[in-house]
Amino acid sequence: MIISVASGKGGTGKTTIATSLALSLGEVQFLDCDVEEPNAHIFLKPAIYEKRVIGIPVPKVDESRCTFCRKCAEVCEYNSIVVIKKKVLVFPDLCHGCGGCSYVCPEGAITEVEKPIGVIERGSAGKIDFIHGILNIGEPMAPPLIRQVKKQIDGNKTVIIDASPGTSCPVVETVKGSDFCVLVTEPTPFGLNDLTLAVAMLRKLAIPCGVVINCADIGDDEVVKYCEREGIPILMTIPWDRKIAATYSTGIPLVEALPHYTSNFLGLYERIRKETT
Amino acid sequence: MKQLTVISGKGGTGKTTLTAAIATLSHSHVLADCDVDAADLHLILEPTVEKCEDFQGGKTAFIDADACVQCDECVKMCRFDAIHNYTVDSISCEGCGVCAQVCPQGAVSMQKHVSGQWFVSHTRAGYMVHARLGIAEENSGKLVTLVRQQAKLIAEKEHKELVIIDGPPGIGCPVIAAITGVDLLLAVTEPTLSGMHDLQRVLGVAQHFNVPVMVCINKYDINPLNASKIEEFCREHDLEVAGKLPFEKNVTKAMVNKKSIIEYNCGEVTEEATRLWETVSKRLSNNEDITGGFERKGA
Repeated sequence: MIISVASGKGGTGKTTIATSLALSLGEVQFLDCDVEEPNAHIFLKPAIYEKRVIGIPVPKVDESRCTFCRKCAEVCEYNSIVVIKKKVLVFPDLCHGCGGCSYVCPEGAITEVEKPIGVIERGSAGKIDFIHGILNIGEPMAPPLIRQVKKQIDGNKTVIIDASPGTSCPVVETVKGSDFCVLVTEPTPFGLNDLTLAVAMLRKLAIPCGVVINCADIGDDEVVKYCEREGIPILMTIPWDRKIAATYSTGIPLVEALPHYTSNFLGLYERIRKETT
Repeated sequence: MKQLTVISGKGGTGKTTLTAAIATLSHSHVLADCDVDAADLHLILEPTVEKCEDFQGGKTAFIDADACVQCDECVKMCRFDAIHNYTVDSISCEGCGVCAQVCPQGAVSMQKHVSGQWFVSHTRAGYMVHARLGIAEENSGKLVTLVRQQAKLIAEKEHKELVIIDGPPGIGCPVIAAITGVDLLLAVTEPTLSGMHDLQRVLGVAQHFNVPVMVCINKYDINPLNASKIEEFCREHDLEVAGKLPFEKNVTKAMVNKKSIIEYNCGEVTEEATRLWETVSKRLSNNEDITGGFERKGA
């Protein structure tokens, strides 16, 4: 079973929930797909044993064969290849690696070279098989790296995926193919607004979801009302607790600081299993 | 006219709360909510929409089933695994058009579609340009650029001194679109290992694009030791700490009451945020200073 943990709003506790769920279950695969700002390693402290550079194919133009016919520039939807008089300019940061330019080039002047966009690291944290992607600084596109992280999914294991905040491409790429998505929110207007966006995204992707309300005693009761109205199960609530905030700040997982939460997380997993059968 | 972007790397550190505070302190500005896939600033500032326009992002492929002979050429060439059973999965399609190029039957067309809306609104804190990206849509970077351009146009027309940009979390394309070419970044962080880790990455992006930065440490008293480590880091890298705000439960109450932390009394937080804005606006008004700092010294 693949369980992703997402949120819409950032800082609601995705990584707290994902890491503590993984630690409570023990033998799982953990994927940190928040490749822009991966944090799960801070809590799980995996021993990394493998590191791989990930690239996307970008065009390389052999100008001795190029006739400057502009077909490559015309086909490129991302303006990443431009022909100015007798010069071809390539902007690798805009390139999506679709291969359109090399396909249309009548002279065979365009080959593709790998442009590194980040790395994937694999390690173990106890029984947890840990994988995360780290996007290079200055690199705009996270989805190709997320796709590579997700290729490591072991279908025989329970897989827990930590997503980035928001509801656009990186999150869609991350949660796609999940059996269930846990949406972590807080009971505030921002939390509710971003939760409704995340729910809409999951409905479009036809992924079942449930909600974990973190800092449940701050704010108001609008999130609870919304979940009741929409028939979205509230899987777990966690109160605001300065001790939780303080231990989080030092990189200690919730279930390590407050071990009695382990049974809550095992209960969360059982709830998810019931929701998916 | 200057441009200020509030960023954080890590989500939920207080970008929008601080942006709303600055919006109610500054007197000559236009607001741009550039967190287009989870916009929240409108929840505090309750805008009256004056203009709403469709945003056309990229294109999506469409296969005409009557013309398709199921030769599989498009399926083989699609790098985004977006074609299944000779139909295009619009969520996976990146609109590159390779399928339309390779189809021997001309059965594939590329269609533009509306992938969001953008708005020009009036709020009690002045003009605001904001947007809503459609559900599971792409091109958030393009939409961010559009929102910024529109905010800048209004600022020029109305002779406003500043465009205040509420940035998205992360370091990817929408963040890059929100920070390139601005005069100053205000990076909001928190004294947690995650917050510090993410701050360093987003500072790397700032350096990469040569944009000066000031840092705000939010909820500093959650972990005073980490907070002082952030201050030390900033000193070492010649980054000015614009302010430190304590944790305060009233900040959530302000949000629930649709008020900024300036309009709603949050005690020390209100005072510190006011002081922070004085520091930031001083830096913004000092042209020479703005070219110094982070981008010269580097991390």
